Amino acid sequence: MKQDLYAIYSIWLREMLRFFRLKSRVFGSVAMPFFFLAFMGVGFSGGTSMPGIPSGVGYVSFLTPGIIGMTLLFSATFAGLSVLWDREFGFLKEIMVAPVSRIAIVLGRTAGGLTTGILQAVIILISGIFLGMKMPSLSGFLLSLVFMVLIAATFIGLGLAFASKMKDMSGFSLVMNFLIFPLFFLSGALFPLERFPVLIRSLAYTNPLTYGVDGLRYSLIGTSAISPAVDLAVLTVCCAAMLFLGAYLFENTEVK
Amino acid sequence: MALKIKKVNDISSAIGPVKGPLPGQAKAKEEAAISMQGLTKRFGDMTAVDHIDLEINKGELFGLLGANGAGKSTIIKMLTTMLTPTKGEARVWGHNVSRERNAVRSSIGVVFQDPAIDGMLTGRENLDFHGRMYGMDGPLRQRRIDEVLELVDLAEKADIKMEDYSGGMQRRLEIARGLMHYPHVLFLDEPTLGLDAQTRRYIWQYIRNMNKENGVTIVLTTHYMEEADALCDRVAIIDNGKIVALDSPENLKDMIGSDSVSLEIQSGAETLIQSLQRFSWIKSASIINGTVELKVDHAQQRIPEIMQVANECSAVITSVGLHKPTLEDVFLKYTGRKIRETGATANSLVAMMHRRKK
Repeated sequence: MKQDLYAIYSIWLREMLRFFRLKSRVFGSVAMPFFFLAFMGVGFSGGTSMPGIPSGVGYVSFLTPGIIGMTLLFSATFAGLSVLWDREFGFLKEIMVAPVSRIAIVLGRTAGGLTTGILQAVIILISGIFLGMKMPSLSGFLLSLVFMVLIAATFIGLGLAFASKMKDMSGFSLVMNFLIFPLFFLSGALFPLERFPVLIRSLAYTNPLTYGVDGLRYSLIGTSAISPAVDLAVLTVCCAAMLFLGAYLFENTEVK
Repeated sequence: MALKIKKVNDISSAIGPVKGPLPGQAKAKEEAAISMQGLTKRFGDMTAVDHIDLEINKGELFGLLGANGAGKSTIIKMLTTMLTPTKGEARVWGHNVSRERNAVRSSIGVVFQDPAIDGMLTGRENLDFHGRMYGMDGPLRQRRIDEVLELVDLAEKADIKMEDYSGGMQRRLEIARGLMHYPHVLFLDEPTLGLDAQTRRYIWQYIRNMNKENGVTIVLTTHYMEEADALCDRVAIIDNGKIVALDSPENLKDMIGSDSVSLEIQSGAETLIQSLQRFSWIKSASIINGTVELKVDHAQQRIPEIMQVANECSAVITSVGLHKPTLEDVFLKYTGRKIRETGATANSLVAMMHRRKK
């Protein structure tokens, strides 16, 4: 048990060292969501408000929680998939041969992904406030952190599940283009779900990120399309299921 | 190439092929460090490891010798819990590799064939990570990191990112790391693969020291004949997933038979052979392509006598070659193939010019 805690800490610490050692990675990881936020936020704000966005809510305020969701989606999936890098560069063997439970390894990775993901999300939140989003209340901010953790953990689990099943990095762009981007566009991060046709909208309701983004909107700007209690419930179930799946598949992975 | 003429000791060949104790080790039979019974691994239709039965003693420096793809690494991966056996079972330090994985993992250190380091971390950080993963607390970790860094002469490079290490330095750090948590058994999968001759010799020295001074049981795989010969107490030759020979390097070479001496001769070959026939230590003598080929036991001690005889019968010898049986010959005998590796053959050839003195 003590050894497992050491292991979780050790894996978390490694993720931190790696993250902060590559300055370009810290910078690059927030650059894309920041550009989305800045260009779309500024470009679409002003003039007539978009249908589906409650009156009195500016587009930047509407967009910021969506971009936070995007940041978490990308960084968390990457964190889960980073097992592939370790497999490629051999370090996975050093981890797998250690006398620690596989669940501790999964938890260490999850802890690392959560930390870096939420750090990036908070940077985007602050950027949003600078770009004109209304300052959230403290309780709203704290609630948003809960949603951030759930979103990040869900997609770390997903990334881990994929990484456990993939033998090398060749499937990586496939996952990016056919999973991550659709999840992002189908989450209502950029514009209200009401603007989707019915068929697409029902597809969006199968996407965990939809509930995450909605919950973040509720916490940060006080509007939501779905009930926040439903958001919380659906996301918690998804999170548990994904982490379980990721841990299960990772547990059974063989290191060639 | 190294000039290597070892003094061949007379070793009684009465060593059990599979389960016997080491020569000269008269200690009471205790539980083996590693035992395998019918250990088998299949990948689809391909049988990589085929019913291996083997025991490795505590304190032994044991070598698995075979060509690439013979199944050595697969054996190591099963013993280190990285792969699950398809059939059969194996115990490491008394623990079953399929059912008591964590107990096995706690007992072993592993240096894998491919690097398993994080290049973005420094050497010290890699060791620190390792120490934590093995539950070592702060002070113990610090002390141990310094000790093992010292052991492999990397103390000064400890705070450099490992992606800036040379291949040999990376390897040394991995060996240090494998030892850091005081494992009972250390597995080294091709420890010197791709390293230059000098680094290889250094690493051999570390391996010997660990085994002799710290009493760590070591299992290494290699396809370098001289590596197995220079290091191992016992060697198992693996071919197609099976053990085809198992004994000490000396005994394996003894099975091949006598040394051979080749004499290039200007004149008087026939008379020389006739004169040599009377000695009982000459096993056979023949002329092949103008060269006199002699089969002799302990040839290096007999060469002066051969020269003497040549002088007496006025034969003019221009060069002398000595070939002692090597593991390469043993390998060839048991597998029908050569392990082809440049620079790794252990032919000990003594070529010297001999001028006739009258």
